[in-house]
Amino acid sequence: MPQVSMTVNGKPASGEAEGRTLLSQFLRETLGLTGTHVGCDTSQCGACVVHVDGKAVKACTMFALEAEGADVATIEGQAAPDGTLNPIQQAFQDHHGLQCGFCTPGMVMSAAALLKENPKPSEAEIRDYLEGNLCRCTGYHNIVKAIMAASGQDVGALAAE
Amino acid sequence: MPKDHGIGASSKRREDVRFLTGDGNYTDDINVHGQAYVHFLRSDVAHGRLTSVDTSEAGKMPGVVRIFTGADFEGVGGLPCGWCVTDRHGEPMQEPGHPVLAQGKVRHVGDPIAAVVADTPEQARDAAEAIIADIEEFPAVVDMKAALKEGAPKVHDDLSSNLCYDWGFVEENREAVDKAIQEAAHVTTLELVNQRLVANPMEPRVAIGEYSRARDEHTLYTTSQNPHVIRLLMGAFVLGIPEHKLRVVAPDVGGGFGSKIFHYAEEAFCTFAAKAVNRPVKWTSSRSEAFMTDAHGRDHVTKIELALDADNNFTALRTDTHANMGAYLSTFAPSVPTWLHGTLMAGNYRTPLIYVNVKAVFTNTVPVDAYRGAGRPEATYQLERVIDKAARELGVDPIALRRQNFVTEFPYATPVAVEYDTGDYNATMDKLEEIADLKGFAARRKESEARGRLRGLGVNCYIEACGIAPSNLVGQLGARAGLYESATVRVNATGGLVVMTGSHSHGQGHETSFAQVVADMIGIDENMVDIVHGDTANTPMGMGTYGSRSIAVGGSAMVRATEKIIAKAKKIAAHLLEASDADIELKDGAFTVAGTDKSVAWGDVTLAAYVPHNYPLEDIEPGLEETAFYDPANFTYPAGAYACEVELDPETGKVTVERFAAADDFGNIINPMIVDGQVHGGIGQGIGQALLESCAYDENGQLLSASYMDYAMPRADDVPFYSVDHSCSTPCTHNPLGVKGCGEAGAIGSPPAVVNAVIDAMQSGGHKVDHIDMPVSPSRVWTAMNG
Amino acid sequence: MYNFEFERPTSVADAVKALGQEEAQPLAGGQTLIPTLKQRLAMPSKLVSLSGISEMKGITQEGRTLVVGAATVHADVAADGTIAALSDLAGNIGDPAVRNRGTIGGSVANNDPSACYPAAALGLGATIVTDRREIAADDFFTGMFETALDEGEIVTAVKFPQPEAAAYAKFEQPASRFALVGVFVARTGEGVRVAVTGASEGGVFRWREAETALASDFSAGALDGMAPEADDMISDLHGSAAYRAHLVGVMARRAVAAAR
Repeated sequence: MPQVSMTVNGKPASGEAEGRTLLSQFLRETLGLTGTHVGCDTSQCGACVVHVDGKAVKACTMFALEAEGADVATIEGQAAPDGTLNPIQQAFQDHHGLQCGFCTPGMVMSAAALLKENPKPSEAEIRDYLEGNLCRCTGYHNIVKAIMAASGQDVGALAAE
Repeated sequence: MPKDHGIGASSKRREDVRFLTGDGNYTDDINVHGQAYVHFLRSDVAHGRLTSVDTSEAGKMPGVVRIFTGADFEGVGGLPCGWCVTDRHGEPMQEPGHPVLAQGKVRHVGDPIAAVVADTPEQARDAAEAIIADIEEFPAVVDMKAALKEGAPKVHDDLSSNLCYDWGFVEENREAVDKAIQEAAHVTTLELVNQRLVANPMEPRVAIGEYSRARDEHTLYTTSQNPHVIRLLMGAFVLGIPEHKLRVVAPDVGGGFGSKIFHYAEEAFCTFAAKAVNRPVKWTSSRSEAFMTDAHGRDHVTKIELALDADNNFTALRTDTHANMGAYLSTFAPSVPTWLHGTLMAGNYRTPLIYVNVKAVFTNTVPVDAYRGAGRPEATYQLERVIDKAARELGVDPIALRRQNFVTEFPYATPVAVEYDTGDYNATMDKLEEIADLKGFAARRKESEARGRLRGLGVNCYIEACGIAPSNLVGQLGARAGLYESATVRVNATGGLVVMTGSHSHGQGHETSFAQVVADMIGIDENMVDIVHGDTANTPMGMGTYGSRSIAVGGSAMVRATEKIIAKAKKIAAHLLEASDADIELKDGAFTVAGTDKSVAWGDVTLAAYVPHNYPLEDIEPGLEETAFYDPANFTYPAGAYACEVELDPETGKVTVERFAAADDFGNIINPMIVDGQVHGGIGQGIGQALLESCAYDENGQLLSASYMDYAMPRADDVPFYSVDHSCSTPCTHNPLGVKGCGEAGAIGSPPAVVNAVIDAMQSGGHKVDHIDMPVSPSRVWTAMNG
Repeated sequence: MYNFEFERPTSVADAVKALGQEEAQPLAGGQTLIPTLKQRLAMPSKLVSLSGISEMKGITQEGRTLVVGAATVHADVAADGTIAALSDLAGNIGDPAVRNRGTIGGSVANNDPSACYPAAALGLGATIVTDRREIAADDFFTGMFETALDEGEIVTAVKFPQPEAAAYAKFEQPASRFALVGVFVARTGEGVRVAVTGASEGGVFRWREAETALASDFSAGALDGMAPEADDMISDLHGSAAYRAHLVGVMARRAVAAAR
């Protein structure tokens, strides 16, 4: 079976992968990084979003062998080594941006990609950017609010909503 | 001032840290050493006779451990139904068998024919493709009314027809209702569809069966809202495994919305197969598989008639509903269109006479069961749509018509069996008018019209029966289970507590809010309380989480158990303080002799309980651990008023929700932040139902909306920020916390608001459209306006 | 999915060679192909990934022609901005994660009847460059999921002439967010082109009547009351043929109004 090597959350990682092994499978099953979730098979739910070479991609719609030599970032690498949540993670907790938690890793990774491209997105820009991330619990209200808060915007006026 | 801890505080959720760091433990994250994988060969036709299943070639394929077919389950029980409805004539419903793997016939696309257990998932799937299943295809019945016609193909050959039951409620009122409608000054009639939905929790279902030959013990890891219910149903009715030999674990579960209440074939299969092949067996559903195996929701077709007198008082209500059961009876399916629906037809109004007729029908489709709200959204939708239509026909303000007919005195016994203990519907309507800024609507409409858009306002009320449910009552109504809840509170020697609850959290945040309650009762830090749930091995028998019942029933059990703890701790404290127990007060984590400054800390008392050197051993046992089971005296009745403003693009028919406001009365609130989140999520799903979602079949029983490519899930840009308020509070009168539950309200209250708003928008543009069915898709709107 | 060999060549020549194997198939961004493989609707013996071929990536300007390498992802076309209408279109395909993987070459070669890029290619009168020839967009899209490509032929670039004014207006199917109807309108030196995706059983097509109307009067008003015949339109869960035909008119007018 072919071997694949990549950097995952800053550390070298390698393992065997068939041609058909998806990056999401490789992360979950070979590397044991089960924070990357799989919620659909048509590339729409976004629970599997990770960053490959700094770009948000759906790990369920990319083969592991295509990530040869790539720099992959997953939800497991987002907090500081001492466990301190990064500002996006912290904002999700502060503003109740998650309920069951299943879509959350993809949401956080998409939000991180958004804020890298657009440090102060408007409500509409956030909603548009999340087109590929489905959440069934929150009605998106607190996810959008958390991302606005993480970008340093005042969400106090939304508090009553 | 908002509280910063205990009951009423928006404590941040402790469960978030694991979910935000990828450290959750969902069922698919679990891999058991040596596990094999199962792939189900599923029927691709909706109806047919299984003439042969040839597994000979498939069985020789690489990695195959064993292939199972219906024949392997001949001596095994079928999946049970947990509720028996009695029909209008006093006869029990028709109740077909539901084998784990199809026997003799396939009855819907997705019905499992065979199951391949193999070393890898792909090998299992490869071998499943090599199975030769011969099916003699029969015409499918999909449409409910067609299914009831003489000579229609029968889904179940051993039943007399496709009618599961013909339920009348309240049957004694039938003639009086007919008469009142005949004599009414005005009758508004509406025919509508509450379309079939798919719950779509983001985590697909997973099951892992494990068996220890040495101990003769089974373990099932499963994505369930109620592991004890699964243990009981599967152990007692399907596989014949006593509870003490069967452990069911539902770890972190990624949403349920009802669809993970039910006992599914895959759970029984994995448990059964793990013993048969003496290896753990894992099944992970794909989303595509979920669309054809998770129980669907709603699917009612209704005619509703509302009678009013000359002064616009509601005088009678009559409804005629066909409810789709699908091909088999899912676990609680029969209760949804009946007791969870008919009993809510009074809504928030004083309608003296109500008659509800429901015909439940078998069709060649996926079974239908509870989905967020379950029966109550269907009731609310009909009622609030017909009231809106009546207001238009009579030329009166829809809010005024509602207010005029509100129930205002409590307790109120409805003509549909339930008794509302408390409420204040005018208060929530007042609050709604304020937070929705209804006064500003006219100006907003003008602004929309200036941009070539139509703007509509829709308002509605809702009431729901939650806190499900008094066991003796539901027993009389046909439930085959009790609906109490349980809690064990274990206090450790150094004062920390573990609460083991029979409720289950799959997004609701119980680990946080339940801890707030117990910490508040004792007066200690929330972090001293841990909540354990989801494993039958370490929690008391409980009925799980659905029907907005966890805080009202599970929370009450926890309060009762904590009260027992406090009572015993006071005895210990009295002994330590050399006082009488009656004089001991507990406040802020310290026991004080009333009127003195003599006090002993919580931790000293808990230590004494486990190091009972100075201890009243002659009166009380050492240790500090108590269990309580709580069975509610009544349902709870959350209620509220919702408003939606939509904009409609007349050129394309596209509707966008511009504003949404919800004023709810949930009684007392434990964690306002979590309650807001529950309402947001419910509204999101309600807007989804109103505008986007539809599970559609073609006439051959093929599922047309079989993936997210065709089943429109609400996305972030389909919804606005919501304005929610729960400051109107009439606490529940019969549970210790005064709580009512909030999990389903948003999904129940929101669809009629959206559709009422769309009708308002169309009418404002001069289109004489008085009804449109959900989902109100652009194509439907355009057709309605240009048809 | 079924298993297959996986090869990731670094040159077009090697890719063509690799595709010589029986049942070998190219893999571009995979955003459509991978979901298809998951459903086991395709059974390639080998997938030849085009993502490692640097000569197929990037955007260059050759006079008044924009040359987009076939392996260029949607996000890069969206960021380019040389032809605003093309970048707007690319920036609204799928979602951000899809745009970071999906490529223009994959999209035109697949010719999904509800994809956006075929409308841009046809609407702008693009030329599809392959490893062996150049094909005018008018000849390239031959029907739903069908193109003029031969077995083993790879799209290497798409050449877009710079229009005088152009815009794309899409009405999204509510579930997939693909185009229920998408209309690309371009005014060029050689006339007006109107390309329609999402609507027709035959895949992307040019709406000639609208082109004629716009040729003499390039304004939304010139299309008032116009819609193509509904006969060949797709009719499904999300909209009837008549609705789609109506939407073509609406989206065409909106595209004309937005053209710059």
